[in-house]
Parts: sequence; C-alpha cells; structure tokens
Amino acid sequence: MFEFDKEQYKGELGEVQDFMKKNKDMPGALMPILQKTQNIFGYLPREVIEEISTCLGIPTSKIYGVATFYSQFTFEPKGKNQISVCLGTACYVKGAQGILEEFENQLGIKQGQTTSDRKFSIIETRCLGDCANAPIVTINGEIHGHFTKKKVAETIKELSKEGV
Amino acid sequence: MTTTERTKLTRESLAELRKELAPSMKEKLDAKDGVDNTGEYPRLTGKFYEKQIRRALRNYGIIDPYEVNDYIALGGYRGLEKALFEMKSQEIIDEVKNAGIRGLGGAGFPTGIKWQGAADQPEGKKYLIVNGDEGDPGAYMDRAVMEGDPHAVLEGMAICGRAIGSDEGFIYVRAEYPTAVKALTNAIKQAEEVGLLGDNILGSDFSFRVSLRLGSGAFVCGEGTALMESIEGRRGMPRAKVQRTYVSGLWDKPTIINNVETISNIAQIIDFGAGRFRSAGTPESPGTKVFALVGKVKNAGLVEVPMGITINELVNDIGDGVGEGKKVKAVQTGGPSGGCIPSRLFDTPLDFDSLAKIGSIMGSGGLVVMDDTDCMVDIARFFIEFSVDESCGKCTPCRDGTMRMFEILTRITEGQGTEEDLEDLRFLGELSTNTSLCGLGQTAANPILSTLQYFEDEYLAHVHEKNCPAGACKALASYTINKDICIGCGACKRKCPVEAITGQVKGAHVIDQDTCIKCGNCMDVCPVGAVELK
Repeated sequence: MFEFDKEQYKGELGEVQDFMKKNKDMPGALMPILQKTQNIFGYLPREVIEEISTCLGIPTSKIYGVATFYSQFTFEPKGKNQISVCLGTACYVKGAQGILEEFENQLGIKQGQTTSDRKFSIIETRCLGDCANAPIVTINGEIHGHFTKKKVAETIKELSKEGV
Repeated sequence: MTTTERTKLTRESLAELRKELAPSMKEKLDAKDGVDNTGEYPRLTGKFYEKQIRRALRNYGIIDPYEVNDYIALGGYRGLEKALFEMKSQEIIDEVKNAGIRGLGGAGFPTGIKWQGAADQPEGKKYLIVNGDEGDPGAYMDRAVMEGDPHAVLEGMAICGRAIGSDEGFIYVRAEYPTAVKALTNAIKQAEEVGLLGDNILGSDFSFRVSLRLGSGAFVCGEGTALMESIEGRRGMPRAKVQRTYVSGLWDKPTIINNVETISNIAQIIDFGAGRFRSAGTPESPGTKVFALVGKVKNAGLVEVPMGITINELVNDIGDGVGEGKKVKAVQTGGPSGGCIPSRLFDTPLDFDSLAKIGSIMGSGGLVVMDDTDCMVDIARFFIEFSVDESCGKCTPCRDGTMRMFEILTRITEGQGTEEDLEDLRFLGELSTNTSLCGLGQTAANPILSTLQYFEDEYLAHVHEKNCPAGACKALASYTINKDICIGCGACKRKCPVEAITGQVKGAHVIDQDTCIKCGNCMDVCPVGAVELK
C-alpha cells in the first residue's frame, strides 16, 4: 500500500486547500475540486479526500461514489512514464489493439496497471479526437500519430534510459 | 494597446475596431500559405476543401484562435451585435426556427423549438449548457471548433442567452481535450476583458457569463441529463425525463443544452439570415454538417458538406477512396450508437432521416471507413465492449444486456458461436433498445443489429464454417506461406517466437498450425509478401 506523506507534499496540499476554500460555496464544487486534486497529485489520495469531505460537508462515501464513476479518477499513484493507446474506432481499424497488446507483452502488465518498479503505467483512454493520424499513442501526455507495433520496443527502451 | 488597458467595447467602437483591423488581417491572410483570400471569405485551398462548404469550420485553420481581434476582423460578434440592438428575443428565436437548424450532436431536435420552450418559461434563472463532451470514438469536429474557433461558441452562447432570457452558460468539455480547455479559457478571458461577455455586453442591458466545466472520462455524460448531474457534482447518471430540460434541467431550472457544432452556427444564422443557412442542405435537414472522415480512407480529416450529400461522394470524391488493392466494405456512422452501412447503400444521402431509415444514425458525425480486412462481427464486438464499459448501470437491459451481448459476440469471434446465439443477439438488442432510459442503452445495440441486417453472411461464416472472411478474428484465422512466392530467406523463421516455422535456406518455408500462436510477426517481416492470412 502506498503511503501518502502530508509533510512531503505540503506545498501541493496547500494548493488544493486554497482552491477548495475559494470554491466551496460554488454549486457543484465537488467535481472541479476532485479534478484539481487529480491534476496536482496524479491520483486522489485518501487523506485529501477526507479533507475535501470536511470542507464541503459531503461524506467520504459520497465522494468515493462520485469519484469511482469517472474513469479519469484513480486512487493509486501512476508510474513515471504513462503510456496510453487510443482505442477509438479509427485507431482500432488501423491496428491499435495489436499495439496495445505489444506494450502489454513487453511491459508484462495489462492496461490500467503499473509496473512494480513504478516506471511504466498503461493508462486506459478513450478517443483522443486525432483520428486522421490514427493509430495514436500518447506518451507522457505527448501525442504520437501513425504509431506502429515496431515502435513499441524502441519506445520502451528510450523511456527506460531517461532518468532512473 | 495591451490587454490591461483595454476598455470595454460598445456597439460603435466594435464596428470601428473591425474596420481598423481589416487591412492588417488582409495582409496576414494574403501571406498565409494554403489560404485563398480573394473571395468573399477566406478559404483553405486544395482539392480536399474544394467540395466543402465551411461554416462551423469557417475560421478553423485560418484565424489565430487565441486572438479575439482575428475573429472580430472577419465579422465576428456581428451576429451578437445584431441580436442585442436590432432584434427582439422572439425575433432571434424565429430566425433560428426559420433556419430549421437541428441538433448537430446527433439527435436532430429542432434548435428553435427547444429555445422557444425555454423562452416561454416564466422569467427567472435559466441556464444554457454547451455540450462539448464529444465522446463518440472517431468523431472530433467539436474539438476542432473549440480549439480553432472558440469565439464562435461564445458568440452563439450569448445570442442564445439573449433569446431565452438566460444570464449564465456552461461549456462542458471532456477531459481528453486539454487544448480545447486552454483555447476556451483564453477566449472567455479575452471576451470578458473587452466587454463581449460579462455585464452590459457592448453597452446594452444584457449580461451573460460563461464558465467551463470539465468531464472526467464518462461517455454517458454526453447525454443531457447525465451531463447536468455531473455539473451538479454527482455521478453522471441520466435522469428520468418527466419534463423536458427546457422546463426543468440544471438545478431544476429551465435549461437549454446545445451541441458545440450547433451553437457555433448560430452567430452566422443571425448575421446572414435563415435563408443563407437554408441555401445548403435538404428541406428537412438544412445547413451543413461536419464529418470526421477517418479509418481506411486515403484523405482523412474533417469535412464540412451540405446535408444530403451521398456517402459515395464523401468517401470517394472527397476522401479519394481506400487506396489500391483494397475494397471499401462499409462505413460506420454514429459511433457506438450508430450502424455499419454496406457499400451497396452508399448512394444514401447523409441526413438525419435517411440514415435513420437504414438503421444507422447521424450521431455526432464520425464516419469510419472500413475495408475488406475489417470483420463486421469484430466491429460489433468492439462497440458493444465500449458500451459495456460506459453503461452507467442504472437500467438492467443496458447494464446486463450489453454484457451478455458482448459475451455472445466474443464467443462467435472465437468460433464457439451457434445460430441460436444470433437469435439471442436480436432479442437482447431489441430489449435494450426498447426498455432503456437514455440514448446510450436505446442505441447500444445498433452496431449489432445493423451488422446482423447487412452482414449476416459474415456472422454465419463464423458460426457454421468457423471462418472469419475478413481474416480479422485471430482465433479463426490461420497464417500460411505461399510456397510459390517464398524465397526462403528465413526472416520469418528467425522472428517466430514459438519456432513454428521450418524450412531450408532458399527453400519454401512452412508454418506448423498446431504450434502457431497467430502473432503475425512472420507476415510483418516477410520481404515478398508470401505470408497469407485466411
């Protein structure tokens, strides 16, 4: 289980708290606050959800009810490198499934999972709307069009090299 | 002048500013590659654009979306000006009604009638929502408008606000579109700074505010009431529509919800009149529609054409067909809610009613071209898997029905299907269509029902002969090496992960079918195309 260290992330936590205070009286504030939290931490730490609950006066059970409904919210930190293979229709008919399987095989994880060394995550994604350049692979937020199965090994090698 | 010094525009100063900007804008466009600035309105040049009539996309790729002055210079906010100073609310609504514009998000509900519904509600708080939760895989026209011409969305919103008596609007954008969020955020800020949004717009008595709300990855939030639930901070599950949302919508107030493409047409309808809008399209589906022409087509991209153009013209004339050696099999329209249209029906006009008649829908305008290597059973399975994931779980026929249909289709694609399965698919499909609360469940079976209707022979081949005619279903396919073509280079043998390939150098190679795991490596590496998939 991943432990969230409030001291270590003091600055980030402060940012969420400020945002929360500013917006708590706005109708429908929960979604924007959850989005802000996910943006800052890359996931929704339990400790932060508890703070949101106190601030907005919404039980954590309700917050989890909302957060689990939307696929972009996650409750575990992701790997350093985030790979997603678009499985929209245009990408699918151009072989995206094969590319995804190649990533899964080479990294030894399934879509939605993170490698044990937390270096790689394969993130689920919906159509990114860049269909004319299908198939699309997103690597750490950057879009790569006309991707091929052959580029998979190369990509993983490149990403492994950078940093630790 | 810098942004901080900007004073609020009035009707007069807006017209002056437009005049002032004209020469520099002309200069800028004259110098821009790929833009023809000799006509009435600048156009993108090239064969791909020749047959298009660009209205919703008129500024896309032409102006700088981060500069409000670019938009103003080309006549932007002239429609709003007219709506504020020359027209009564009812006149605006009548103009929209006369234009006959229908909801371009796919449902096709007449926009003017919707607006009238909200306008007829007693005075008080009313909301306008622009639906930018474009979730259909293969469709991205709303993204293009939001990123490439954000002020067209804002101007349309302000006009709608004026017409129905609303002072607050939301744009709901899906999380997968960060660039659209950036462009809209910037545009809202600019419009507020110069007085095109906010209090007393252009010095009139009309005030209107716009804020952005983001989705978080839930397809069903594209459904109007689910979207409202999401804005209110709850799970995005559709509501039972006891009343129309223009009577009771967001926070139980009268609410208009319009799609991005629809709202971006509004300013031009007011500026140029309903007649000009009707000059393109058919009597029942007037105007233009943006399609995302993608998949196995040579020229893929966004295409804006008059409603009623045939599929054939779109795929073959504008898209230039599928390329040599391949045959178009079908187009898929309407994403997970639409159907697959076989090539023999390609003379069908693309409008709301003609598509509904042949079991598909217009949807948001995704048009995915498929060729003879695409298996229709596999495509049906692909879409139903999407609906399984995205069903919110409220209605049993959708929540469980889509799952059962997915299981059956998986079985068929693995060669375990029976003819009874096809009957079950039809039954479950109709059940979900007839008994679900919202559009997702009501249309989730369309990809299955339409392929069963037009490509039943492919289903039967999977069921009876355990064969996938397209060669797409791996469990049913086998890779073989054509010994007449094989040059015996050994490339496939070296690449095979399970050592299923045997053969001598310069002699024909053979794949052992029992060992083969159908990874396709041999086919990828063969330099002479000797590996065949059947």
